[in-house]
Amino acid sequence: MTLIIDTQDLATEAAVAAPEGTLFRFATAGSVDDGKSTLVGRLLHDSKAILADQLEAVTRTSTERGFGGESGGIDFALLTDGLRAEREQGITIDVAYRYFATPARSFILADCPGHVQYTRNMVTGATTADAVIMLIDARKGVLEQTRRHLSVVALLRVPHVIVAVNKIDLLDYNEAAYREVEASVRLITAELGIAEVLVIPVSALVGDNVVDRSERTPWYAGPSLLELLETLTVIDDLDERGQATEAFRLPVQLVLRPQGAVVVTPDLAETFRDYRAYAGQVASGSIKVGDTVSVEPGGGTSTVTGIDFAGVALDEAFAPQSVALRLADDLDIARGAVIAARGTLPPVTRTLQADLFWLDPRPLAPGARILVKFGTTVVQALVSEVTGRLDLTTLGVEPATSLAVNDIGQASIRLSRDLPVERYVENRRSGAFLVIHPQDGATLAAGIVTAPGEPTRAGDGSGAGSDVSP
Amino acid sequence: MRAPPMTTTPAIAHRLSELDVLESEAIHIIREVVAEFERPVLMFSGGKDSVVVLHLAAKAFWPGRIPFSLLHVDTGHNFPEVLEFRDKTVAAHGVRLTVAKVEEYIADGRLAERADGTRNPLQTLPLLDAIAAGRHDAVFGGARRDEDKARAKERILSLRDEFGQWDPRNQRPELWNLYNGRHTVGQHVRAFPISNWTELNVWRYIERENIELPSLYYAHKREVYRRDNMWRAVGPVSPARADETIELRTVRYRTVGDMSCTGAVDSAAVSVSDVVREVGVSTITERGATRADDRISEAAMEDRKKEGYF
Repeated sequence: MTLIIDTQDLATEAAVAAPEGTLFRFATAGSVDDGKSTLVGRLLHDSKAILADQLEAVTRTSTERGFGGESGGIDFALLTDGLRAEREQGITIDVAYRYFATPARSFILADCPGHVQYTRNMVTGATTADAVIMLIDARKGVLEQTRRHLSVVALLRVPHVIVAVNKIDLLDYNEAAYREVEASVRLITAELGIAEVLVIPVSALVGDNVVDRSERTPWYAGPSLLELLETLTVIDDLDERGQATEAFRLPVQLVLRPQGAVVVTPDLAETFRDYRAYAGQVASGSIKVGDTVSVEPGGGTSTVTGIDFAGVALDEAFAPQSVALRLADDLDIARGAVIAARGTLPPVTRTLQADLFWLDPRPLAPGARILVKFGTTVVQALVSEVTGRLDLTTLGVEPATSLAVNDIGQASIRLSRDLPVERYVENRRSGAFLVIHPQDGATLAAGIVTAPGEPTRAGDGSGAGSDVSP
Repeated sequence: MRAPPMTTTPAIAHRLSELDVLESEAIHIIREVVAEFERPVLMFSGGKDSVVVLHLAAKAFWPGRIPFSLLHVDTGHNFPEVLEFRDKTVAAHGVRLTVAKVEEYIADGRLAERADGTRNPLQTLPLLDAIAAGRHDAVFGGARRDEDKARAKERILSLRDEFGQWDPRNQRPELWNLYNGRHTVGQHVRAFPISNWTELNVWRYIERENIELPSLYYAHKREVYRRDNMWRAVGPVSPARADETIELRTVRYRTVGDMSCTGAVDSAAVSVSDVVREVGVSTITERGATRADDRISEAAMEDRKKEGYF
């Protein structure tokens, strides 16, 4: 993992401050030794994001460990493997976040571990990503860990999937060899239901197609990796009609009700005496003043009379803004409630089917009592049945009665109270949940709803009225 | 387990800028912690990052007051102008500040002065005592992941045991924006709302929001001498040695901490926009340029964090 670069020209070529632009989050994944850290190092280096003192520290340590020496070789894994244990063992244990910017946009890079036992940390990196770059060693092709990570990416519906076929230099830039790997990648991604996958031949070591398009791959006509990252859409972007792609949801974090203890000037204090607003981050969609909303639990409806952002009144709020909504009616709304565009909430239920990414060393057995956290609400729940587990070889579901760490499985869950449960494929925010250990509070699993159970009461979208009792 | 096909939509418009997204993310985190914990507290030094977190907290609860108090661990080596700014800012926000003093620990023997004179590592014990005394179950900090390799690995909500220790090999998975603040008795959580901000983001935000900072963040004339390849201020706790030459230079501070281990940089940046320009083209990281204590070893920050430091 030694990257040969010229260290002399760096300190003088600082990144020019990019104008304030958009933020793009991406994660790297793939099996160990596929060259992730080298790719990250190359990306940061070639986009001038490594500062002189960092490079000096890494160069010093590299030399101490026998990397490069006089040749100027640098072990770029040292840049992101920030923990003592990682540097000692030469592996990545946990996600490292790196920040860099080009004139086009700013990036948050989550460099994820490749080892099977740290898959949970890869899931952490992937849940917030706009894109995942899956590294494959061109000589080895698709490995089990590649399948595992691609399955995670597919189930989590990461918006953009990029497969970087790395070490193409070691195949002498042979097109046929690359096409073979590409074909096997497309076979698996099609099987997993990933509609669009962008495959790029790269050499992280030499730099082919990472920042600049390479002349050594004339048979590849596509963009470089960085060009792609600079142009892909962000999760919360609008669709071609300028509309938010998902319905409005705001999980209520807390009720702002200062009751006189206000920070506004004394002459305005009276105006805010009865101030009451529902604070939260818009999880999806958008809302305007005057729109009608529904609230769960309770099934009440009201009209938005104001949208406040720290003293600024907005006409419209959209994901991922943190705002405070004022409503026309005095509904019983507390933390854990969801405010949604009227007619869009699913009926409440007490059961659901979910895919679980099991992340805890303690296995899951049917009958387990758990807590689940949806948005801002935490409810007690019970795992009534484990119904299957993903077989990474066939990519099909095999029967299972329990789940072990790093398994991706299916389970039926019973909830202790009614929740408006949505499928993850319909809403990436409200269809996602945490599984929490009820005693020690550990995060046991990442869950995504595949099917809500039987409604216990009609939803507001059913037209049957929203205040019917169960 | 086959997922339905995903559809991707072409970019039409980005309605929120980078700063808008980071600001809303931070406000969401601050509100989550206040909602899920009994007694949060904010570490407040008067440094730019903690000033930004305080500003975000004020926005998160507008028009109400900030619903938690502040805590500062004073090493006794702080810059006087920063302490003055700290007290003025605390008064302006109408919040309560508790100050834990390293000097008191040294005076009664609970802590011993280090041979190298730096007091940064000595902050951990008074910090943990203050957290226990205040029965704080959540402690906000202004740490950012771009500051250091160990910080780059830490979660936004970071669980600490009763000794304040961070276990980097066994961190809780942090999924989507669903934060899990559950903890057992004796444990507490460190919460870092501006984890994802860079130094440049912080300065652009200070510019955009017109946030006041201690004067030493801007270029000023100061008596300094060269040590460890950085400019150190001449002061009662940081005198120059006989072989060090004192010069009057125009400098500013990129970070503000202990006078005995924080260095200044040559700078002509007298305004926020000057600083934004300067930071944007800097070739050295902020801690690399200004913190002697992080140069002890490659893992200096990780080692301190494992012991309960921020």
